[in-house]
Amino acid sequence: MRWLSDPLLAVDHLSMRFGGLVAINALSFTVGRGDITALIGPNGAGKTTVFNCITGFYKPTSGRIALAQGGTLERGAIEALTRSGKKRTQGVNPELFLLERMADHAIASEARVARTFQNIRLFPGMTVLENLIVAQHKTLMAASDYSLGGLLGLAKYRAAERKAIDLAKAWLEVVGLVARADDPAGDLPYGAQRRLEIARAMCTNPVLLCLDEPAAGLNNRESAELTQLLRGIRAQTGVSILLIEHDMSVVMDISDHVVVIEYGVKIADGTADEVKSDPKVIAAYLGVDDEEVAVAEAGSVAP
Amino acid sequence: MDYFVQQLINGLTLGSIYGLIAIGYTMVYGIIGMVNFAHGDVFMLAAFIALILFLLLMQVLGGLALGLALVIVLLLGMALTSLWGWVIERLAYRPLRGSFRLAPLISAIGMSIFLSNFVQLVQGPRNKTLEPILSNVLVFPVGEGSVTLAEKQLVIMVVTAALLGVLWYVVRYTSLGRAQRACEQDRKMASLLGVDVDRTVSLTFIIGAMLASVAGLLWMMYYGVVSFSDGFVPGVKAFTAAVLGGIGSLPGAVLGGLLIGLIETFWSAYFTIDYKDVAAFSILAIVLIFLPSGLLGRPDVEKV
Amino acid sequence: MGAPADALKKALIAGLVTLGLCFPIVALRTDANFSNQLVLTPRWGLTFTLAAIAAVGVFLISLLRPAGFERATPKRALDTAPPHPFFRYLPRIGLVLLLAYPFLALAISASGGPGLLKLVDTYGIQILIYVLLGLGLNIILGLAGLLDLGFVAFYAVGAYSSALLTTTFGLSFWIVLPLAGILAAFWGVMISLPVLRLKGDYIAIVTLAFAEIVRLVLVNWVPVTGGYAGISSIPKPTLLGLSLGPEPGSLTSLLGIPFSPFYRLAFMYYLVLALALAAYWATLRLRTLPVGRAWEAMREDEIACRSLGINTVATKVSAFAAGAFFGGIAGAFFSAHYGFISPKSFEFLESAMIVAIVVLGGLGSMIGVVIAATVMVGGTELLRELGVLKAVFGPDFDPAQYRMLLFGLAMVMLMVWRPKGLIATREPTVRLKPQPTRGAPAVSAGE
Repeated sequence: MRWLSDPLLAVDHLSMRFGGLVAINALSFTVGRGDITALIGPNGAGKTTVFNCITGFYKPTSGRIALAQGGTLERGAIEALTRSGKKRTQGVNPELFLLERMADHAIASEARVARTFQNIRLFPGMTVLENLIVAQHKTLMAASDYSLGGLLGLAKYRAAERKAIDLAKAWLEVVGLVARADDPAGDLPYGAQRRLEIARAMCTNPVLLCLDEPAAGLNNRESAELTQLLRGIRAQTGVSILLIEHDMSVVMDISDHVVVIEYGVKIADGTADEVKSDPKVIAAYLGVDDEEVAVAEAGSVAP
Repeated sequence: MDYFVQQLINGLTLGSIYGLIAIGYTMVYGIIGMVNFAHGDVFMLAAFIALILFLLLMQVLGGLALGLALVIVLLLGMALTSLWGWVIERLAYRPLRGSFRLAPLISAIGMSIFLSNFVQLVQGPRNKTLEPILSNVLVFPVGEGSVTLAEKQLVIMVVTAALLGVLWYVVRYTSLGRAQRACEQDRKMASLLGVDVDRTVSLTFIIGAMLASVAGLLWMMYYGVVSFSDGFVPGVKAFTAAVLGGIGSLPGAVLGGLLIGLIETFWSAYFTIDYKDVAAFSILAIVLIFLPSGLLGRPDVEKV
Repeated sequence: MGAPADALKKALIAGLVTLGLCFPIVALRTDANFSNQLVLTPRWGLTFTLAAIAAVGVFLISLLRPAGFERATPKRALDTAPPHPFFRYLPRIGLVLLLAYPFLALAISASGGPGLLKLVDTYGIQILIYVLLGLGLNIILGLAGLLDLGFVAFYAVGAYSSALLTTTFGLSFWIVLPLAGILAAFWGVMISLPVLRLKGDYIAIVTLAFAEIVRLVLVNWVPVTGGYAGISSIPKPTLLGLSLGPEPGSLTSLLGIPFSPFYRLAFMYYLVLALALAAYWATLRLRTLPVGRAWEAMREDEIACRSLGINTVATKVSAFAAGAFFGGIAGAFFSAHYGFISPKSFEFLESAMIVAIVVLGGLGSMIGVVIAATVMVGGTELLRELGVLKAVFGPDFDPAQYRMLLFGLAMVMLMVWRPKGLIATREPTVRLKPQPTRGAPAVSAGE
C-alpha cells in the first residue's frame, strides 16, 4: 500500500476536455514510491491522455499533478506550493513539483519524469548509441558549457561524453543491444526498438518512468522478457514505474498497484488481485449490462 | 468614402485572382501534402497561352466578336494548361511520391525555374503588352463622389464566383470530390477502399491548373501586360493567401486571396505603394503567430 | 524489353502530348512590331521537331525499359553500409586540391586555358561562397530539419551590414566580418521566434516571406541601402593592415615585387577557403556536441526530444542563429570581394540554389554540400561557355540562355534519380566500436 503510505506522484481531480469531449473527468490517484503501477482500462478510456497530462504534452483543463523527489509527498506541502503560485520548491527535501504548471521538457529534465510512446518514437536515422546519448542532453549540455567550451574542445566535455557513453553502454547491456550500438535505431526489429526506447528513457535518470503500452506488438516470449526487464530496472535503480498496458498477463504479473479507468473516470484502484475481482472492472472489460453490475455490486458489498 | 469603396472594388478584383491561384496550392497540399512551388509559373504560362490564343483569335475573327473570342480562349486555355499540369505532375512529382519529404518540393522549385526560363526562351524576355480590352466603366454615385467599376473587373468577379460555385459542387457532390476528400484524410486507406489515388491526384493537378489558367487569362485581361517573371510574385502571394486562410481549406484559400488583395490595395492606397508586399507578408507572419493553422484551418491537437 | 508495338503507342502519345504542350507557347511567338502591337510569328517547324524528339525519345526508352516513367523501386530508408573507401579519402584529396587550386589555375591559364580571373574567381571563390552558404543552411535544414526557404536574407543582412559598416564608419573588414555574422545570427533569432510554433511547410512560407521583406526593404529604403543601385566601392580586405592593390604602401610594393592581380585573387581565394574550412570544422564539432545531436534528434522526432528534456524552442533558435551566422559571414565576404552589392544578388533564386545544394548534397552531409555546390554552381557556369553545344546546335546557339533552363531541369532530374541526395549515408557522431576497417566486409551484427 505504498501508494497510500509513501506516494511519489499524486494526480488530483484531473480533467481534460477537447472541445466538447471530456476525455478525463476529475480523476485522482497516487503512485507509490518504488511501485510498479498499472493504469488500465478499455480502449478510449483516456489512459494516454493521462500520460500526456503528466508529461506535459497536454495542459490539463483543471486539476493538479504533484510529484516529490527524495521523500514522501505530503499533502500540506502540496497545498503550500499550490498557494505560492510557483512551479516547484527549491532546495528543500523532498523537492516538490507541480507538473501541470511545467513545460514538457522541464518535466523531463527537472522533475525527472521519463516516458515512452505507444507508437515508438526513436530517432530512427541516428544510431542506437546516439539515441542514448541524446537522452543525456542535460548533463552533457552543462558539461559543454552550453556549447562554448565544447566547441573549443575542453577536456571537461570529453570526459563527460565518455561517461555518457559508459552509461549508455551499461543500459545497452541491460536491454541486450550492445552488438547493435552503432546501427541506425530504425533498423532494429520491433521488440528491440521497444527495449531501446525504455533504455533511452532510463538514460535521463528518472524518478518516474511512464511506459505507454510497452508490451504492444510483442509475442509471449518477448512479453515475459519485458516483465523481467522491468523488474530488473526497478530492482537496480529503484525507479517508480507507471505503465499503461492491455496485456493483462503482464499487468497482473508485475503490478503492485492497478488503477482502472473507463470513460475518463476511475472505477477501481487497488492491488492486482483486488481489481481482478472487482465487478465494475469485469463489466467494463466484458461489457455487462448496468443492471447486472448493480446486482453484482450489491452482492459484493453484502458479505 | 467613395475612395474607400473604389479601393474595395480594386482589392476584391485582385483578391479574386489570388484566390483562384491559391486554390491550386491548397488542393494539392491537402491531397499530397506538398507545396507545388511551380504553380505560380503554371499561372504565368497560362497567362501567356491566353495572350497568344487571344491574339490568334482576333486575327481569325477580325476583332468582331470579342466576347466569343474570350470564351474560346477561356475554354481552350483551360484545356491546354491542364495538359501542362498533368504532365508536370506525371514527370516531376509522381516518381517522388512516398519518397522523402523535401524531394517533391525541390523538384517543384526546379520545375518553377524551368518553366519561367522556358517561357523566357520561347517567347523572349520582353514584357508583352496588349491593348486594353473591356475597359468601359460603369459609374456609381457613392456619397458625394462616385466609384467606377470597369467591365473587366465585373467579368473577373463574376467568373471567379461562378468557378467557385462549380468547384464547390464538384468537391461536395461528385465521386471525384469524394475521392479527393478521402485521399486527404488517409491516402493509404482510400486506396485500400478502391479509390484510384494516382488518378485522383492527377485530376487534382488538372483542376488546379485549370483554375490557374482562368486566373492567367483574367490577369492578362486586367493588367494587359505579361512577362516570363510574373509567376513568382503572384505565386508567392497566392501561396501566402493559402497559408493565411489555412492550407488545405478551399474557403480558406478564397478568403486568404481576398484578404491579401485587399491588404495590398489598401496599403498602396493609404500608405505607400513601395511597401505593399511587405504589408502582406508581415500580416501573414502576424496571423500565423497567433493562429498557427491559418484563419480557417483546423487547429490540430498534437498527436503524441 | 517492352514490345515494339507498345513502345510505338507510347511514343505516339508522347508526341501528341508534346504537340499539345508546345501549342501555342512554342508554335506561336509574340513580338512587338514597330507600332508596338503584338504580332504572332509561327514556328511550326520547331514545334514538330520537339514533338518528334519526344516521340523518338520515349520510343527508345520504352524499348529499353518497359516501364517508361514508372517510379524506381524505393530504396531502403537507411544505408548502413560503410561508404566506399573513395569517400573516406575524398575530404583529404579535396583539401589538397583546394589548397593547390590557385597555382593549378595559374598553370592552366598559362598553358592557354581559360583566363585566370575566370578560373579562380568564378569557379574557385564563387563556389566556396556557396559552400559557406550551404554549410550554414545545412545546420538549419540539414541537421535541424527546419525548411528555411529564405536563407538568402541572412546572406543579405551580412553583406549589407558589413558594406554599411565599412563604407560609413570606415571599420576594417576584419572587425566587420564577425560583426556581420553576429548581426545575421541576431536576425536568425528574430525570424526563428514566429517560426517556433509552426510546422514544416508553414516555416517555409514564413521564412520565404521574411526574405522577401528583407529584399523589399533593401530595394525601397533608398537613403540607406541605395535601392536598386546598391552600395559600391566597398573596401577590399587587407592582410595585416596592408592592402594587396597596386598603390604604394601595399604589401607587394613593400616586398618590392611587381603588382599582379593574381596576388589579390589568391589572397581572397585563401580567405574564403579558410572561412569555409572553419565553418566545416565548426559544424563537425557542433555535430558531436549536445546541441548538434539535439538538432538532429529534433529533425528525427521533435516530440521524443521534448520527452527527453530537450528544450526544442532553444534548440530551434540555436540552429537558426548558428546557420545565420555562417550566412552573415558569407555575405560579409561577398560584399568585400566584389566591392559592390545590390538587391539583385539576394533574390529568391539564391535561396532556391542554396536549398538545392543542401538537399541534393544529402541532408546533413557536409561533403554532400561541397560536392553539390561544385556541381550546381560549377555546372551552370560551365554551361555558359561550352562551345561544344554550339557545334551541335549550330552557331546561333547561345548556351547562356539555356543555363537556368537546364539548371531547373537538372534539379528535377537529380531529385527523381536520387531523392535522398548524392550522399545518403549518415556518419554517426559517436561510435561504440571502432569503424569497420577498409577492405574488411562490413557485416552489421544480427543481419
